[in-house]
Amino acid sequence: MSFSLSKVIHLYIDRWPWFLEMLGEQICISLIAIAIAGSLGLLLGIFISEHRRFAEPVMAVCNLFYTIPAIALIALLIPFIGIGEKNAIAAIILYGLMPMVRNTYTGITNIDSDTIDAAVGMGSTKWQLLLRIKLPMAMSVIIAGLRTLTVMSIATGSIAAFIGGGGLGEAIFRGITMYNMEMTFAGALLLVLLALACDYGLGFLEKSIKKKWRMNE
Amino acid sequence: MEECIRFEHVSKSYGDHTVLKDFNLSVQSGEFLTIIGRSGCGKTTALRLINGLLAPEEGTVYVNGRDVSKTDLIELRRGIGYAIQGVGLFPHMTIAKNIAYVPSLSKQWSKRDTQIQVARLLEIVGLDASFAGRYPRELSGGQRQRVGIARALAANPPILLMDEPFGAVDEITRRSLQKEILRLQQELGITIVFITHDIKEALALGTRVLVMEAGNIAQLDTPEEIRKHPKDEFVRTLIYGQDA
Repeated sequence: MSFSLSKVIHLYIDRWPWFLEMLGEQICISLIAIAIAGSLGLLLGIFISEHRRFAEPVMAVCNLFYTIPAIALIALLIPFIGIGEKNAIAAIILYGLMPMVRNTYTGITNIDSDTIDAAVGMGSTKWQLLLRIKLPMAMSVIIAGLRTLTVMSIATGSIAAFIGGGGLGEAIFRGITMYNMEMTFAGALLLVLLALACDYGLGFLEKSIKKKWRMNE
Repeated sequence: MEECIRFEHVSKSYGDHTVLKDFNLSVQSGEFLTIIGRSGCGKTTALRLINGLLAPEEGTVYVNGRDVSKTDLIELRRGIGYAIQGVGLFPHMTIAKNIAYVPSLSKQWSKRDTQIQVARLLEIVGLDASFAGRYPRELSGGQRQRVGIARALAANPPILLMDEPFGAVDEITRRSLQKEILRLQQELGITIVFITHDIKEALALGTRVLVMEAGNIAQLDTPEEIRKHPKDEFVRTLIYGQDA
């Protein structure tokens, strides 16, 4: 099998509407999954940090999902949701809960106890404590979790095509089945670029928060 | 003088360890009460019972005649200034936002009020108004302590609880902070309950000094009386050291 970079470029030029469509699908699948996993993970993380006795069982379950290989998780979900993009989204959500839950929990529980003590002693309600102290202070750790979730969801999202869910995985799989290395590479390259762009964007957000609070010095 | 804080037969323990046993105390309005004792003697526990961060197992704590266990704790705490050794400034808020925290909880101040009040409070604790826009991490330990005091004073509380507020600063800063707090207390006429493990500090600041030992009151008197007539061996050792 031969491989040439110029063929890859030609592929992009000749079939850009197809690649654009796949990229759109990919972003769509990832965005939906990130939004759901992100908010669900955040809520779960907050819940177990307020009710510590649930922390261990919840983390254990999230860890379990995290360790199942993505492809196996998708297969296991077929009896429940069938195939297609819904299955892929569900798999990414189950897969992505763990970094979100863990980082939210760690971010909140690691806040210096003097800070919490002062906030409570000065008359904050439970909600004020959460919204004005705990969540903002845990924000950079939570965003780090969101970063992991995002990159992971884009990577895992490539498997969506395997069960007819669309996205850039389609190019990858078609390339594999047609012995067309360039097509596989073209799909993978876009996927990597998308992941890197998202990671960079969120990394920038994380850094700017730390910088705002002068946490770098 | 009016009574401001009262402990009535209060007991508190953590597990098997009894920290306070049948503790009785009355603090008058406008008093500067310093509490001194070794770590683990129950002084912090006593302080945290006043603003309801802890609840007694037996007995009752009254603040302004109201049983703490039967009052709205959120309201109570907003009326009591609270400054602790670790300061606990919020790192994600500017100094101005830190100081205005309690008033902002009940939306007491408008934007303009906040500006004026923050400047006033910064001046009170001896800091320049330009500190308002900075973040806690940019301040030195002593400056943070001052901000912590400004924050505790923000809602004009009639009572101020301080748990070793000058514990983490150097000797020179500590002296100047002590002077400030004495001046503030006289100017504002507030009641202060002040915990320290430094006997010099306790005697210098308090209108009355409470010496605690193992959850009990070893002696409660004016600094002069305690100096002249230490009640027992423990108090004498505390004041004059081991050799006395």
